[in-house]
Amino acid sequence: MATAFAPTKLTATVPLHGSHENRLLLPIRLAPPSSFLGSTRSLSLRRLNHSNATRRSPVVSVQEVVKEKQSTNNTSLLITKEEGLELYEDMILGRSFEDMCAQMYYRGKMFGFVHLYNGQEAVSTGFIKLLTKSDSVVSTYRDHVHALSKGVSARAVMSELFGKVTGCCRGQGGSMHMFSKEHNMLGGFAFIGEGIPVATGAAFSSKYRREVLKQDCDDVTVAFFGDGTCNNGQFFECLNMAALYKLPIIFVVENNLWAIGMSHLRATSDPEIWKKGPAFGMPGVHVDGMDVLKVREVAKEAVTRARRGEGPTLVECETYRFRGHSLADPDELRDAAEKAKYAARDPIAALKKYLIENKLAKEAELKSIEKKIDELVEEAVEFADASPQPGRSQLLENVFADPKGFGIGPDGRYRCEDPKFTEGTAQV
Amino acid sequence: MSAILQGAGAATALSPFNSIDSNKLVAPSRSSLSVRSKRYIVAGSDSKSFGSSLVARRSEPLIPNAVTTKADTAASSTSSKPGHELLLFEALQEGLEEEMDRDPHVCVMGEDVGHYGGSYKVTKGLADKFGDLRVLDTPICENAFTGMGIGAAMTGLRPVIEGMNMGFLLLAFNQISNNCGMLHYTSGGQFTIPVVIRGPGGVGRQLGAEHSQRLESYFQSIPGIQMVACSTPYNAKGLMKAAIRSENPVILFEHVLLYNLKESIPDEEYICNLEEAEMVRPGEHITILTYSRMRYHVMQAAKTLVNKGYDPEVIDIRSLKPFDLYTIGNSVKKTHRVLIVEECMRTGGIGASLTAAINENFHDYLDAPVMCLSSQDVPTPYAGTLEEWTVVQPAQIVTAVEQLCQ
Repeated sequence: MATAFAPTKLTATVPLHGSHENRLLLPIRLAPPSSFLGSTRSLSLRRLNHSNATRRSPVVSVQEVVKEKQSTNNTSLLITKEEGLELYEDMILGRSFEDMCAQMYYRGKMFGFVHLYNGQEAVSTGFIKLLTKSDSVVSTYRDHVHALSKGVSARAVMSELFGKVTGCCRGQGGSMHMFSKEHNMLGGFAFIGEGIPVATGAAFSSKYRREVLKQDCDDVTVAFFGDGTCNNGQFFECLNMAALYKLPIIFVVENNLWAIGMSHLRATSDPEIWKKGPAFGMPGVHVDGMDVLKVREVAKEAVTRARRGEGPTLVECETYRFRGHSLADPDELRDAAEKAKYAARDPIAALKKYLIENKLAKEAELKSIEKKIDELVEEAVEFADASPQPGRSQLLENVFADPKGFGIGPDGRYRCEDPKFTEGTAQV
Repeated sequence: MSAILQGAGAATALSPFNSIDSNKLVAPSRSSLSVRSKRYIVAGSDSKSFGSSLVARRSEPLIPNAVTTKADTAASSTSSKPGHELLLFEALQEGLEEEMDRDPHVCVMGEDVGHYGGSYKVTKGLADKFGDLRVLDTPICENAFTGMGIGAAMTGLRPVIEGMNMGFLLLAFNQISNNCGMLHYTSGGQFTIPVVIRGPGGVGRQLGAEHSQRLESYFQSIPGIQMVACSTPYNAKGLMKAAIRSENPVILFEHVLLYNLKESIPDEEYICNLEEAEMVRPGEHITILTYSRMRYHVMQAAKTLVNKGYDPEVIDIRSLKPFDLYTIGNSVKKTHRVLIVEECMRTGGIGASLTAAINENFHDYLDAPVMCLSSQDVPTPYAGTLEEWTVVQPAQIVTAVEQLCQ
């Protein structure tokens, strides 16, 4: 099993860094063309001919990609014990938190659209745990776990979901709008693709700080989004600008193969998203998104590259969501066999196995982490439950950042100076 | 009220009835008024002869008119001071340049803002002075570069985003609405979006429907966004500077036909209040509320009205959202009559919102229903005559005032 986690050096084909002038023109892959997504085109074509064909996923396990790389030297481990435990804890936190969200949703403690991250933890953990606090993360509507990985407390996220003032956005954002300025968690964007330009802007700020303001800034931005987004114009527009301006950004595609009910293969002419990187002059990398260690290796390269000022990278992580699109999705469309196949590749179980087989951790240590997280999530629920609802006075706060924004009223004063204004009862 | 009667009495020969009888050009407009709701009058309702008079007027250059009317008004805050003479686009550029000098976080992004100097030369010379990164030429991707400006603003910069034409910003509507307008709120106040979104808009000279958009009505209901419209070199510079310094996202409307207005503006630094209306011409009989290019149509009409014995008060509301209800209210309390003249669409436009705000706040002071002259709810036509009929013309303003002051 350990060999399945063999180091997946990006440099195996072409170095991401270095002085190759044409390196950007060459596609970068973890492995030679394999049976992964690239091979699905023949299958998808067949499906076009036989429209009543079963919905069984034509995607072949990523493990097979890795088998091709079962190679010689895997004596050095990819992570230290401390790193391993940190990753494990973060993934367990993501999973437990989301499971608790489902419970709380069905118990009527939270409302609206709640999109859970189960199954994709390796991507969030693999990338975000490599970042510093001043690096930025931009997420989608499936953002709870990105926020948690970035350091936002479970209490703050759970309270936000409960719509309480103690939430990370004072209850004004909700499930799909998690923000934390302190942690440089820039959101939480509920429409497809709209977060990518914002992430590009954050990366532009980093470059601006370094080159215009002459500040010592090597912050990077990681933008997460899904396979469905990769058919959206903002994705392409931002790949272009990021490569053009050499911005310190990593575009991370969480390809979970389904855009609600639209199969990736039915939506995308060329399902290999990573290929779009080289098309825009940046490396495109494809990685097994169910394997946190491989994601982390890729992330290391890409983040380092961005920090060095060498520009953006597009990373396609093939992953799978274990639940429906949202808690309102009956998830009837996806094939049971497909679900089972990915369930067997649970990224948390895989990491656990790796840690134990490589004697990085004992069963008991991992158990104690699980217990600790369980308690933490329980406590977050209690905290959220006990927290107060927003008061009426909060309604009109934060509409405008500049307090003068409500203008001059009939009495000649700024309306924001009206004592009733912050009670939410002022006529606006 | 007595003042109005006095004014009307002093100009018996020019009483409303006489003027309508003697001026067949406007008669059809009037008949249409009696059929329609009196609250709104749409520009150039149905009169063909009206149009022919406009064709004649077209030959008059707009700019001298504008400046003349400006010079006529004693209320101008600047004309008496020494200063330097600038065209409006140069005033915008000067304001922008001063703010960029003042704060290194201020940057510009948009299509052709850098090497080309901006489609209307508002950013001329800035790339040479501040470099390509501070004056960023973007690819043609409005939604993405507007979003990029927002992301940059969230992380500490103060971008000025130029829409090469205001209409192009429709392609960025999602970013302007969801992220620019709402993100400060949804983030619980954590992130501010101190961007300025600006660009040339309005009905120009036969630019066709897509380049002649009146987007105020589209943007006004986005929560969290402030909107101002500049109309003179003086307020263009002052509002540009104020918008850059505001923590709110501000949309600054410029008008394609006003870029070459000339005015002497002060040498010393000044800044305009984003929330404040500008008194253009104090008067007694009626309050005319307007903004942007229509200010000049109103001032043209005001000349005629003064000759006819009326004393209209003209206010350039400048702040399209929120309204300066203090200045507006004081005027209403004085004149008791309100005419709104806008280039915006009639349906759901600024005039409609303003009418509602006046009715809600100052109903008791009104002697007549608020009347609103808006441009037609049509895609701006290409043909010169049709285009003229789309927007409100001075003759209509004169007629409307005469009606309201009857």
